[in-house]
Amino acid sequence: MFKHLLGLRNVGREEILTVLDTARGMKEVLGRRIKKVPTLRGRIVVLLFFEPSTRTRVSFELAAKALSADTVSITAAASSVAKGESLRDTVRTLTAMGADLLVIRHPASGAAEAAARATTAAVINAGDGTHEHPTQALLDLFTMREAKGRLEGLTVTIVGDIRHSRVARSNVWALRAVGAEVRLAGPATLLPPEAAALGIPCYTTLDEALEGADVVMALRLQLERMRANYLPSLREYTRLYCITRERLARAKPDVLLMHPGPVNRGVELAPDLVENAPSVIEEQVTNGVAVRMALLYLMLGGE
Amino acid sequence: MALAEKAQIFDRDGMRRALTRIAHEIIERNKGTEGVVLIGIRRRGVPLARRLAERIRAIEGQGVEVGVLDITLYRDDLDRLGYQPVVHQTEIPFPVTDKKVVVVDDVIYTGRTVRAAMDAIMDLGRPKAIQLAVLVDRGHRELPIKPDYVGKNVPTSRREIVAVQVEEIDGIDRVVILEERD
Repeated sequence: MFKHLLGLRNVGREEILTVLDTARGMKEVLGRRIKKVPTLRGRIVVLLFFEPSTRTRVSFELAAKALSADTVSITAAASSVAKGESLRDTVRTLTAMGADLLVIRHPASGAAEAAARATTAAVINAGDGTHEHPTQALLDLFTMREAKGRLEGLTVTIVGDIRHSRVARSNVWALRAVGAEVRLAGPATLLPPEAAALGIPCYTTLDEALEGADVVMALRLQLERMRANYLPSLREYTRLYCITRERLARAKPDVLLMHPGPVNRGVELAPDLVENAPSVIEEQVTNGVAVRMALLYLMLGGE
Repeated sequence: MALAEKAQIFDRDGMRRALTRIAHEIIERNKGTEGVVLIGIRRRGVPLARRLAERIRAIEGQGVEVGVLDITLYRDDLDRLGYQPVVHQTEIPFPVTDKKVVVVDDVIYTGRTVRAAMDAIMDLGRPKAIQLAVLVDRGHRELPIKPDYVGKNVPTSRREIVAVQVEEIDGIDRVVILEERD
């Protein structure tokens, strides 16, 4: 298994499937009253978050604790980073203090790799700029596989702000590795130019992209990352790209609707879809802990 | 390093008779099947547990529930293996609290697997008792653990391997001793 998980671009099909298979075994632990096994007892997992996060951070923390590892959670604003300490120095200090694994979320693309070069500990990228968010994609694949029984041959349509989405990037790499068919949909300003070069079909008309899809993934509009004017107005985005029950009817009848969260209700998804089936947003959260447990076990379990 | 077959401990009939006897012993010792559950340790403990449950039902007219336990997450040697053992699912769809849990495995050797199984079961509840049934006891215990029900005691050397084969996984029922030979 890989030493670091910085992205899914260079991760192969076998490794991805091993993570998903292991996650299944881990999910059982999360169904118990006492959600704990002694496997990683005494290992230290440091969560180094330079960007806000609820889901990913708590998910990693619960995953580490379920395996009996010890966790240390650092929010940049409340740490020496606010005094001007560099990422490299922060990472080196934490390594010297005994961290076995660092989970890093940072606003700069490439930050996770920079951290990996500064430490002997293992590194998991929890989101770096607009580059990759590999654990989110692995959890998305896990959810898809649990729902559909397979990944190969599935048609997965990703809708929204793809250009700024590290989640979309990681998903595209992973889905291609396991043999799924990916479609990207959104306003032309938010579709990544490199997609065409990779042979991934891009649509500016939502209805076409949804036709016959097995899985529809709605991405959050990354308003905080948009420095230029990518959209004429939020209302126009909603009119053209908000996923509603009517639009979703174009996909397969048993279509799986996903959203990495947090949802901008009424913008990416119609409010009634957020609350009811066929959405799986709540289950994705549980699956997220299971997948992260699998990663911690596979990356730290041996020596 | 090649493995050569040195001796056969059980053939199909031998295995069948041993399991039948163990089923009787479980019923006798627990004075019936009330509150008794079986938990098979992956992998080969599982089909053995299921067969014991069938036999118990045939003898007493009452079945016992069977669970499947994967002890990988409780192993004490994960950091010295050099590879990551695959984690499979544990499926114990009944409470273990106040039950007489009979743990079933194919072979007992150092006893560490059973120790891990006990830790796992204790994490799930508070059993009234834990008992141990194994098809083969090959000696060389490293922990103070002793089976309650044994198919056969087979003294072995550490160079030997006791291979239990079951129809459900290997297509045949037998137990053989293998030795490293070059």
